[in-house]
Amino acid sequence: MSKIKTFAELQEIRKNLENRMSLRKTAGSKDRIVIRVGMATCGIASGARQTMMAILDELQKEHIENVSVSQTGCLGFCDVEPVVEVIIPDKPSILYGKVDEALGREIVTKHIMNGTLLEDIIVSRSFETIK
Amino acid sequence: MPNYRMHLLVCGGTGCHATKSNVLINELKRVLSEKGLEDEIQVVETGCFGFCEKGPIVKVYPDNVFYIEVQPDDSLEIIEEHIIKGRKLERLLFVEPSLNQKLEEQLDMPFYKKQLRVALKNCGFIDPEDIDEYISTEGYHALGKVLTSMTPDAVIEEIKISGLRGRGGGGFPTGLKWEFTKKSSADQKYIVCNADEGDPGAFMDRSILEGDPHIVLEAMAIAGFAVGASKGYIYIRAEYPLAIQRLSIAIEQARNYGLLGNDIMGTGFDFDVEVDLGAGAFVCGEETALIKSIEGNRGEPLTKPPFPAQSGVWGKPTCVNNVETFANIPAIINKGGHWFKKIGTEKSPGTKVFALAGKINNVGLVEVPMGTTMRDIVFDIGGGIRHGKQFKAVQTGGPSGGCIPYSQIDIPVDYDSLVSIGSMMGSGGLIVLDEDDCMVNIAKFYMEFIIDESCGKCTPCRVGTKRLHEILTKITEGKATEECINHLVELSDTIKDTSLCGLGQTAPNPVLSTISYFLDEYKAHVIDKHCPAGVCEALLSYTVVSENCIGCTACLRACPVNCIKGAPKEIHKIVQSDCIKCGACYDICRFEAIMKK
Repeated sequence: MSKIKTFAELQEIRKNLENRMSLRKTAGSKDRIVIRVGMATCGIASGARQTMMAILDELQKEHIENVSVSQTGCLGFCDVEPVVEVIIPDKPSILYGKVDEALGREIVTKHIMNGTLLEDIIVSRSFETIK
Repeated sequence: MPNYRMHLLVCGGTGCHATKSNVLINELKRVLSEKGLEDEIQVVETGCFGFCEKGPIVKVYPDNVFYIEVQPDDSLEIIEEHIIKGRKLERLLFVEPSLNQKLEEQLDMPFYKKQLRVALKNCGFIDPEDIDEYISTEGYHALGKVLTSMTPDAVIEEIKISGLRGRGGGGFPTGLKWEFTKKSSADQKYIVCNADEGDPGAFMDRSILEGDPHIVLEAMAIAGFAVGASKGYIYIRAEYPLAIQRLSIAIEQARNYGLLGNDIMGTGFDFDVEVDLGAGAFVCGEETALIKSIEGNRGEPLTKPPFPAQSGVWGKPTCVNNVETFANIPAIINKGGHWFKKIGTEKSPGTKVFALAGKINNVGLVEVPMGTTMRDIVFDIGGGIRHGKQFKAVQTGGPSGGCIPYSQIDIPVDYDSLVSIGSMMGSGGLIVLDEDDCMVNIAKFYMEFIIDESCGKCTPCRVGTKRLHEILTKITEGKATEECINHLVELSDTIKDTSLCGLGQTAPNPVLSTISYFLDEYKAHVIDKHCPAGVCEALLSYTVVSENCIGCTACLRACPVNCIKGAPKEIHKIVQSDCIKCGACYDICRFEAIMKK
């Protein structure tokens, strides 16, 4: 830990730390987007963890703060694992299949940042969920 | 640095430590590393969330889920269910009694809805033992701003504009205090942080120091710059070990970063802080007694003037502010005095932290804008009275304050309104009393406290409070006459008028305010020899309710003096002349056949 010698240096340090707290600061905001990665045995076996880490990395690189990434269990689409669901408030959730690391990053840059869906890998839902 | 996707914030205040939150933290960390998630999920120990009633609290970010009463054994389930599978753990969510509905998010809770957090903004949000977390929430920005772009006079002017008043209870304008200290010329001046929190039931200052120690250090340095002091003392009672520990860590980190010490941020300004431990005497919260204690002398108040601003620690000009007062300073500097002035009421701007205690559902720590009504604090934020009982009064200001009865519950809580009804803001302890509390007994309790804590310097306080206590004891024992009530009032007035310091001048307040609002209860004790709340033992009698008694002999066997007569399947009888009123029969009866009156 070295001494802070100027006010500008303090502000610089704060800027570098911003990332660390953004998760907490944006948690209450209404426009928070949730990305869920299916991480049951089948998902993990087909590389869901790498996909999730890629998504997290991309989010950090692009300084996107209002997105939370969480894991979820088996969605039943074992043949198209890894499965990633994107939930944007007030919009129907979108389910993607066979998401590898590169596609994970694309979800961030296209869907999250530009609102363009990745049409090719959308999985149509074959079930209803009870509320 | 690991890129954490989730933060688990666990309350590490003293209240939650007592319910094993430190064990919980270790357990969470252990399970996480077992599952290989330690680089994905961060466990953070924070300060008090305020919702002490339901601790330990775990808050999950970014999901904003708020778990209550989490036990170490719950760790595995939280991690397997919530973190790995993304399902909320229903059984640990908070159920709002008024809605009978499980609330997932903290913001949904009425407890938090009416609160506005300025002084507590970081409590329960950052790790108090990590200076980086403080810096990332604008920490030390105000100090930097002051040192690089403001003059000491401009700082004082900003504080004066804000209208901030001392949060320790007196309500003296902070800006003026700083100005007086600045105007005294001397080669050395001191800043003192008064953390000698002594009111029974109060824990605001402790929670700030435990949850956000850097905010106090930063504010002290700002004050030092404004008044021209290079040294600060934090006077804290030794019975706050966790707060002392976190303060010490914070001071060391700040020194390592060069935010305390010589030539702070290259501006040539020197400031350092020393922690001074007090032995826990109530009178040492009074500033002149506190200064005596810092100097190593007996904690006794002195006459004012000279005020500490002219002659304080070691005879040098000294500015003494309370912990919560300091906790407001950085926000005022960052956002401006005008911003602060808009919060709260005209004459009492800002917010106030209160410690809710007593017969209230949500015991804990709250911060509300000044002017919020007592009704909102007790019934909305506090969740009302325990077990559906009747509200009787709320005691504010500790031993120096008074009781607010139901008829005054819509009073806005600010310095002047509370004084106008014979109570005071005090440091912020609120003790809620219900129908089972006897007001004479409450007054007696506070008098006992004052007798113990009076330093003994002035006769009215030393002897007078003892006499008050004796009269109150007579009343609770049914040995008093109506004349005794007049004696109480007369003696109280004398003590108020003739004591030297705030302790003595306010000591009779609990007696006077209970007499003014609950005279009926006093009269019931002296005239009817009856305690309406059923508290004063000497005035109670236990009798058998014949309709309910089935003759089980349980009470007869429990009675230590054999004053209950009866036989199996016969209605029992208590021989009043032999009864010692121990209540054993009342406690053991399962048929509500013993009446206490």
